Amino acid sequence: MVRLPYTTALTTLFSYGLLFVFGQLRDQFRKILDLFKSSSLKEKGYAPICLGLEDFYTRRLYLRIQDCFSRPISSAPDAWFDVVERQSNDGNKTLYRTGKSTRCLNLGSYNYLGFASADEYCTPRVINSLKKYSPSTCSVRVDGGTTKLHEELEDLIAKYVGQPAAVCFGMGYVTNSAIIPVLIGKGGLIISDSLNHSSIINGARGSGATVRVFQHNTPSHLEEVLREQISEGQPRTHRPWKKIIVIVEGIYSMEGELCKLPEIVAVCKKYKAYTYLDEAHSIGAIGKSGRGLCELLGVNPTDIDIMMGTFTKSFGSCGGYIAASKEIIEYLMYTCPAHLYATSMSPPAVEQVISAIKVVLGEDGSNRGAIKLLQIRENSNFFRSELQKMGFEVLGDNDSPVMPIMLYNPAKIPSFSRECLENNVAIVTVAFPATPLLLARARICISASHTRVDLIKALEVISRVGEDVGIKYFPVEPMKPQLQPQPQVENIPGFQH
Amino acid sequence: MEALDWMGPSVMNITTIAYDWVSTVFDAPLVSRAVVFGFPIDGHIVVEVLLIAVILFLLSRKSYKHPKKPLTEKEIDELCEDWQPEPLHPPITKEMLSQPRVLESAAGTHTTIEGRDIVNFSSANFLGLIGHEKLIDSCVVSLEKYGVGSCGPRGFYGTIDVHLDCEARIAKFLGTPDSILYSYGISTIFSVIPAFCKKGDIIVADEAVHWGVQNGLYLSRSTVVYFKHNNMASLESTLEKMTRGNRRAEKIRRYIVVEAIYQNSGQIAPLDEIAKLKEKYRFRLILDESNSFGVLGKSGRGLSEHFNVPVDKIDIITSSMGNALATDGGFCTGSVRVVDHQRLSSAGYVFSASLPPYLATAAIAAVDHLEQNPALLSKLRKNIGLLWKELSGITGLKISSSPLSPIVFLNLKNSSGSSKNDFKLFETIVDKVLKEDSVFVVASKRSVLDKCNLPLGIRVFVSAGHTKNDIFKAAESLKRIAETVLYDHCLNY
Repeated sequence: MVRLPYTTALTTLFSYGLLFVFGQLRDQFRKILDLFKSSSLKEKGYAPICLGLEDFYTRRLYLRIQDCFSRPISSAPDAWFDVVERQSNDGNKTLYRTGKSTRCLNLGSYNYLGFASADEYCTPRVINSLKKYSPSTCSVRVDGGTTKLHEELEDLIAKYVGQPAAVCFGMGYVTNSAIIPVLIGKGGLIISDSLNHSSIINGARGSGATVRVFQHNTPSHLEEVLREQISEGQPRTHRPWKKIIVIVEGIYSMEGELCKLPEIVAVCKKYKAYTYLDEAHSIGAIGKSGRGLCELLGVNPTDIDIMMGTFTKSFGSCGGYIAASKEIIEYLMYTCPAHLYATSMSPPAVEQVISAIKVVLGEDGSNRGAIKLLQIRENSNFFRSELQKMGFEVLGDNDSPVMPIMLYNPAKIPSFSRECLENNVAIVTVAFPATPLLLARARICISASHTRVDLIKALEVISRVGEDVGIKYFPVEPMKPQLQPQPQVENIPGFQH
Repeated sequence: MEALDWMGPSVMNITTIAYDWVSTVFDAPLVSRAVVFGFPIDGHIVVEVLLIAVILFLLSRKSYKHPKKPLTEKEIDELCEDWQPEPLHPPITKEMLSQPRVLESAAGTHTTIEGRDIVNFSSANFLGLIGHEKLIDSCVVSLEKYGVGSCGPRGFYGTIDVHLDCEARIAKFLGTPDSILYSYGISTIFSVIPAFCKKGDIIVADEAVHWGVQNGLYLSRSTVVYFKHNNMASLESTLEKMTRGNRRAEKIRRYIVVEAIYQNSGQIAPLDEIAKLKEKYRFRLILDESNSFGVLGKSGRGLSEHFNVPVDKIDIITSSMGNALATDGGFCTGSVRVVDHQRLSSAGYVFSASLPPYLATAAIAAVDHLEQNPALLSKLRKNIGLLWKELSGITGLKISSSPLSPIVFLNLKNSSGSSKNDFKLFETIVDKVLKEDSVFVVASKRSVLDKCNLPLGIRVFVSAGHTKNDIFKAAESLKRIAETVLYDHCLNY
């Protein structure tokens, strides 16, 4: 959990206050100048797309540091990639590409197992499937969009995750938004973790069920909420709830923490609630054979009612899946809108996932999969411990490849990001609204394709830049003194045996 | 004792004074003879008035309720023990178990199912670009350079230069200032609508919009009013009702949401009339061109070219690239303000991984190919016309889509009344057509969550790649089998 020092909170609030005041001043000037400019005839009578303060944050705060986000790249998002340079002529309002690019170390892409670039086993197979099935099927799964590849993938992912059956979709976001309304509707209750991803929130809202939130990763508070809700029933009518689903994530992408799955599953079983586990970041990245959080924490996968995951992060592809019991999957295939109305997953992407899983399981005849899994675990633990030794405030649990470094102050966001880029390290910084206002952070994603040399260079750069920017909030651990050779006793004058 | 001695007389004094006062009030002849409004009142009237006031006061108080006691831990335990949840899924019926057909090769105009060569009329491959070498070559180059996935959302190093090139290419093709790419076709429209429409805004939408649009309308939490499917008089009266007398309507954002070619019925929206209405009532127009981009218009630029309406009159155009362009993903285009706004507030753009780069290069190759070969469009139109001619004589089925729509809908002339029975009929026809004549058409399926009420039907997706023989084969097979199946069905009922 984040421990916000008192002085840092005050300085951060002061910075935001200052930015707000200056933004308002500039808005007032803009209003005065607009009075002289005649508004175009076309827009007269139409309400503006954004009224007043709605996009204040975008115009006055985000645009000033716009060059730290959405940086385009011109090569595969591997351990080292080419970041395209951009320039602005009008104070960061519009950016255009200069045509040059710099080779940088990639600490921002979700490339946990290193499948992001062309791979010796996967890419030839992907190209074969592309030539056989072409880039898209142009139809929905129930019409003409199911190919042999899709069936193979569904069998494989069900076996990999440890559930009886699975179904795949073309996009992870749509998986959550379209599945939750099918499983639960009005009269049901969804209890979700307070830091869940926006796709889960959208799906929960779209379902029409009542949504309650429990404190992040706190099974005792979940139990309290469950007891209160079951005993009170639906709001106002006090009828009993039709069903209760508890939604948690495997690794929380902004905290890097692992979910306390055994306790939460025990609580849900006790109160007969259904569990929904979103393993977007944890599938393939943690666990001895990459099977995700259940393997790492020793939870039986069949104890969890619905397991969801995406193929974007660890398998270098795109799309999402749902794995559950056979009946639930049959019902989903009959009625889920993403299955009935959305174009099926692109066949080369399907083949990429199949080949990637085969590599991870060692079925391609080599041990590259085991090496990758070992590499990512070692890299994550090494990087995290070194950062903590340097005095940074790093969040997240051991074994998790996602590590946020706290920045807090709004001015440190662009300075940290730009300084690191000058030194050829590409870092991701996150601010409001993806995180709470005061808790801006830089997030590092470690990959199995980072070598030890890469990580040491990254640590050097981050340490230097962190020192300049002033984000070493914790005391630096003293370096262990080097062992000096002992002076020879005989050489000291006056000292005789 | 002394205190009592001292207090005694003073208490006596006080009581005497009080008694005197009270007796004067009640017995004083002068007061008791007071005349109020000409009526003489006695002293006891005062007591009675006081009594009545007290009674009225007590009557007006609510009856006394016991304060609510919170449930004890034991009671909560018992309630939790007793509570039984519903199962996550309803009981599985036989129709839920139907499996889709599994293709063994690309879903082009001819495909392979269970080892047989099939003529494919179920893929929305309107320009016949599936399997085209130019697309496949550009994809191979892209796969070798960028890998498959983009490994990040657009804000965090997921923006690859091919995405920016694709956005610029589409904007140039359509003649709009800028465009924005989404990573999945169906997520385009249900991310765009909530980005622009917030609580309190007014949206007027067609009642037959597809599920993606319905979901977007629901997530936007605005006031949504539906008008009758493709009925301009109904649209005008709805717009009139929404703006009449509403003085605040000036400040509220107002949108009309329509599709160019409706996914659920194949009708084409009359853009010229909608544009006139939109300007008269000051509404913004959101147009979903998934089935018309690359199909309508002299050069495939969509509904605006078809009706000769300047493209900047439409505020927001969205489309899925999974139909005519034979790739995946979607795009949205409009003015610079519209596109820039989505880069930070559209959920499906900000919180989701970006489009795989090889699909973006395929899109660029497809748009290039379309621009260089406008003859594809006339071929598509000829094929649709031919199919219409052949299918217009079937007994029992009627074509309910527009003559220009590449999705040809066949509905029952006399529906049996229940959509389940209709669906069974269509499934029988479709199965027989596939088994006996190796032609693949599909019956439309609806999800439980879909609110659209239009009748189900058989859908035939025509492509520019189909030859005359393919079309004759399909038409002849459908005619023969539909007539036999419907005849048997009529005999049995």
